[in-house]
Amino acid sequence: MPKANVYVTLKPSLLDAQGKVVQGALEKLGYTNVSNVRIGKYIQLEIQGDGNLEQQVDEMCRKLLANPVIEDYRFEIEK
Amino acid sequence: MKFGVIQFPGSNCDQDAYYAIRDVLEQPVEYIWHQESDVRNYDCVILPGGFSYGDYLRTGAIARFSPVMNAVQEFAERGGLVIGICNGFQILCEAHLLPGALLTNNTLRFRCKYVHLRVENDSSSFTHLCRRGQVLRIPIAHHSGCYYCETETLKELEDNDRILLRYCDKDGNVTEEANPNGSVSNIAGIINAHGNVAGMMPHPERAVEELLGSTDGILILRSIVERLA
Repeated sequence: MPKANVYVTLKPSLLDAQGKVVQGALEKLGYTNVSNVRIGKYIQLEIQGDGNLEQQVDEMCRKLLANPVIEDYRFEIEK
Repeated sequence: MKFGVIQFPGSNCDQDAYYAIRDVLEQPVEYIWHQESDVRNYDCVILPGGFSYGDYLRTGAIARFSPVMNAVQEFAERGGLVIGICNGFQILCEAHLLPGALLTNNTLRFRCKYVHLRVENDSSSFTHLCRRGQVLRIPIAHHSGCYYCETETLKELEDNDRILLRYCDKDGNVTEEANPNGSVSNIAGIINAHGNVAGMMPHPERAVEELLGSTDGILILRSIVERLA
């Protein structure tokens, strides 16, 4: 069955408070060369049908999986 | 006049809102289950605080697709008064009944404390018993209360007097230190373009008796009652 991998990330202009804290922790571990840590969501789903799956997944992202006010999304479909 | 308090799975301030309306304001109020498809019998619908649907995916993201939200949409379009408190505010933003979105607090902490709020609009259905510049003391309790909207939206809110409340210090100064969650322009509450849908992160229903530490929440709730009277 085709599988979709959806990646949802906060818009680059928005402060990612989680990412900032994780970056601080990495720095404490000695990784002082790390910057711009951003945390997002990875959503995996299986999808049936031979219609336009790209269009369907795109719709799912716009309607529910991502909030376009604050998030960007991208996805790939493994057939 | 009748209030309705919507109960989503995971709402947890529904009883506080119900109590404030029934016992403090002494107005008729009923619970509305999220599976209901009609809210026409009510004059004001309250979306209470809590963690609807466990806040899965994003706060309010799943609740906005509850059957009752179609009814709330229609109710709002016909001019009915709707107020979303905390999680209710998040749901109204997800449902596009209000602009913007609520992000994780910039402190990453769950903030649960009394805050000071400056009244920015004293003519709305939700704040007309307050006076502009008045400082209210009302508690917040949230992890995702950082209001965000794009610059054009912010300008629209400002130009049309749609910001109801801003986080401030006890003297009414809107400062960065008084901002508990990183909200853009210290915004704590807004209304829609028609002025009949409001959202706010602070909990007026938790500030209705001296025993609770403040009665300032009554000004918000009684504004609604008097507007409907």
